[in-house]
Amino acid sequence: MEGHLNLTLKIWRQKNANTAGKFETYQVSGISTDMSFLEMIDVLNNRLIQEGDDPVAFDHDCREGICGMCSMYINGRPHGPNRGVTTCQLHMRSFQDGETITVEPWRASAFPVIKDLVVNRSSFDRIIAAGGFISVNTGNAQDANNLPIAKDDADEAFAAAACIGCGACVAACKNASAMLFTSAKISQLALLPQGKAEASKRAQAMVAQMDEEGFGACSNTGACEAECPKGISLENIARMNREYFSATFSSK
Amino acid sequence: MAWLAKSLNSSLGKKLLMAITGLFLISFLVIHCGLNATIFLNDGGVSFNEGAEFMGTNPIIRTMEIVLFGGLLLHIFDGLRLWLDNKKKRPVAYAVVDGAANSKWYSRSMGLLGTLLLLFLIIHLKHFWYFSRLTDGLESRTLFAEMQSVFTNPWVVIVYVLGCISLGYHLLHGFQSAFQTLGWNHPKYTPTIKMIGAIYAIVISAVFAAMPIAFYFNLIH
Repeated sequence: MEGHLNLTLKIWRQKNANTAGKFETYQVSGISTDMSFLEMIDVLNNRLIQEGDDPVAFDHDCREGICGMCSMYINGRPHGPNRGVTTCQLHMRSFQDGETITVEPWRASAFPVIKDLVVNRSSFDRIIAAGGFISVNTGNAQDANNLPIAKDDADEAFAAAACIGCGACVAACKNASAMLFTSAKISQLALLPQGKAEASKRAQAMVAQMDEEGFGACSNTGACEAECPKGISLENIARMNREYFSATFSSK
Repeated sequence: MAWLAKSLNSSLGKKLLMAITGLFLISFLVIHCGLNATIFLNDGGVSFNEGAEFMGTNPIIRTMEIVLFGGLLLHIFDGLRLWLDNKKKRPVAYAVVDGAANSKWYSRSMGLLGTLLLLFLIIHLKHFWYFSRLTDGLESRTLFAEMQSVFTNPWVVIVYVLGCISLGYHLLHGFQSAFQTLGWNHPKYTPTIKMIGAIYAIVISAVFAAMPIAFYFNLIH
């Protein structure tokens, strides 16, 4: 059948956080090359439901590459073989007919499995809550031109803010390190005048929370940057290090 | 000083220690390599022996030797600590990992390369440091003559060349990685740092590897 694939899927099945998981093998046939990877799993789940089996649990929300929910480690890479995409943006045309595809959840002690391919990423939320904000007194809205911001700085802050917190950086890292995520969240504020005021304090608080959550250290392999669906740069990690080390020596 | 200990025990602090000690060892290798390269002058080891004599007797150098061992031990123990810590962060391993798709093998193997280097270093220190500092061997033969005799054994030559290859890959990642850890990532400087790091790693490891090979094939007189 032209444009249709028959595939063998090896999918991680795990009842809950407290039980051990294992791989189950499924055959799917007649998969359109125009389908997204998630739609292919939908097809499998429809069949599993009809057969009275438990469908494969996986996270998904927007299905347009901006929510960052679809945490699937496909054939040894976060979000599969293509760069700069989430799983919903991965299409079946990226696979060959007859291929065996291995699907695993993100694996990190800081991302415990909830069920099957669903992991708990609330550790990211707690890193944000530790300092990923600016303290302001709310009052009347200021004039937009009160704080001049250079275009380059605005662009760089925006590029860091493009992070969707999907956790692909942690999944790709051999140390399950969250440095790319944390540094993007530090940078998006540190680059702007509103965030600069608390930059050092923020870096210390967020790095401390990151360590507390059980993420690893950085080996500078660059795997996170290569696998990031939003192209977050390693320059952010260098900026975080600068903020953190200068805070170490200058904070009171 | 609790603030410093707290910072150096954080994930970033451990890397800072790794970067600073790494750059210190990188600066040592320049001196070590430069001095040893005088054997290629083919002056019967006269320049080399003079250099060795200076390094072995100058009080400032001898003090720095202690600092060097301190830096080396810190680098080793901090590396070991990072390896042990990082290992715990992924208790369930992936069934399939396509590491080559997103990073260089040697950047993912710094611990392994470092361990190979440590094994090599033990052999290397036994050959030359132990001989020149802890025995009275230098009274009867020069360090140059000792090098000549050690490198007549083909197995020793092979071990040294393998050690130099490990060193080359360790430096290829380590040099630029140290700058990134120190926060020195800038579009103006980073390409230059990476280029200098690559040239440094290749030149240092090639010149070191050439020494046992040249002795073995009697190219040094």
